[in-house]
Amino acid sequence: MDEGRAIFLQIAEQIENDILSGAHPEETQVPSTNEFAAFHRINPATAGKGVNLLVDRGILYKKRGIGMFVAEGARARIMAARRTEFREQFVLPLLAEADKLGITPGQITEMVQQAQPIRGDQA
Amino acid sequence: MTATATDSIVRAAGLTRRFGDVTAVDGVDVEIRRDRIYGLLGRNGAGKTTLMHLLTGQDFPTGGTLEVFGHAPAENAGVLQQLCFIKESQRYPDDFKVKHVLRSAPWFFENWDEDFAARLVDDFELPMNRRIKKVSRGQLSAVGVIVGLASRAPLTFFDEPYLGLDAVARQIFYDRLLADYAEHPRTVVLSSHLIDEVANLLEHVLVIDRGRMILDESADDLRESATTLVGSRQKVEDFLGSREVLHREGIGGLASVTVAGLTAEERQAATAAGLELAPVSLQQLVVHLTRTSEKEFA
Repeated sequence: MDEGRAIFLQIAEQIENDILSGAHPEETQVPSTNEFAAFHRINPATAGKGVNLLVDRGILYKKRGIGMFVAEGARARIMAARRTEFREQFVLPLLAEADKLGITPGQITEMVQQAQPIRGDQA
Repeated sequence: MTATATDSIVRAAGLTRRFGDVTAVDGVDVEIRRDRIYGLLGRNGAGKTTLMHLLTGQDFPTGGTLEVFGHAPAENAGVLQQLCFIKESQRYPDDFKVKHVLRSAPWFFENWDEDFAARLVDDFELPMNRRIKKVSRGQLSAVGVIVGLASRAPLTFFDEPYLGLDAVARQIFYDRLLADYAEHPRTVVLSSHLIDEVANLLEHVLVIDRGRMILDESADDLRESATTLVGSRQKVEDFLGSREVLHREGIGGLASVTVAGLTAEERQAATAAGLELAPVSLQQLVVHLTRTSEKEFA
């Protein structure tokens, strides 16, 4: 876990990452709050807050007496949200660092085109 | 989570303990709620142990009010049987072996889980037939940890429980504590110097300094409550304005300043001004806070 960032947000992000990567497919059960807590060595209440955040966002849903499941369409919803954040989280810091180093936007474009992308599971 | 009146199992108001002209606990107001893990943090001599002695009824306050499970704890059997206090330097009868400590524990703790205790004995590789006087410091600490965990008391205090325990044994303690707490929620107050090690276990953090409670906050809120700004001295000063500074360092033209809570807009403004933002760990925050008050009261 990172320092200085609320742990429950990091837990939520981690679960989202696992849904994006296909480790938690839609309509399958995710580990319980206590399992997340034990695995990440964090307070169970904190893990619960992370899970509940995803319930509020409609990413996870609860089956009474069974546990938490990945909602249908969760993957698409996470991707849509992450795309919105992409500019702020990745593009703006990239431009700021490039500016510091005197790299022009044209040179960045060139680098992007030449770079070998690290592919996820989707082409 | 909203607190209801019944959530609160410890309430102290103006709690004070003086020893001659030393005020070890100085007007502490604190509320401890059911089924949470608290960290009680502070420097040596800050008043942690004295406060725990008061809360567990082993000492009488010289001022203020204190209720534990609704009553003053001292000499109140009904309250005391719900408590477990694991001290750094617990004493046992001279001729006791490790197994005698564990066999007598169920007399004091009605929730005692013998199977769990046996598993912990295996985890810590404790020699059951060795005399308590002869075990190593780490093994003595392990005995305390096992009693504290297997007693499953509704309110358990661990006062620096890890003396002599190596990193592996401490990790076993933290892991078993978390797993058992998840299965059997109860209130745990963990007093520790090893703040970074326990930070993620805590739901709530109390910091005591010179007898006073200087911080009483949820661990989640604390994580985002302070930020260190790094940049050229001039840029840092321009951004700071009249903001309260928790800590200040510098080298050459570079300044590193820790400030309390920045809003999302302030963080963006700081980044835009060319400052680097670094998170502050709980341990760093506690160090800054307890140093600041040192200056204040000097």
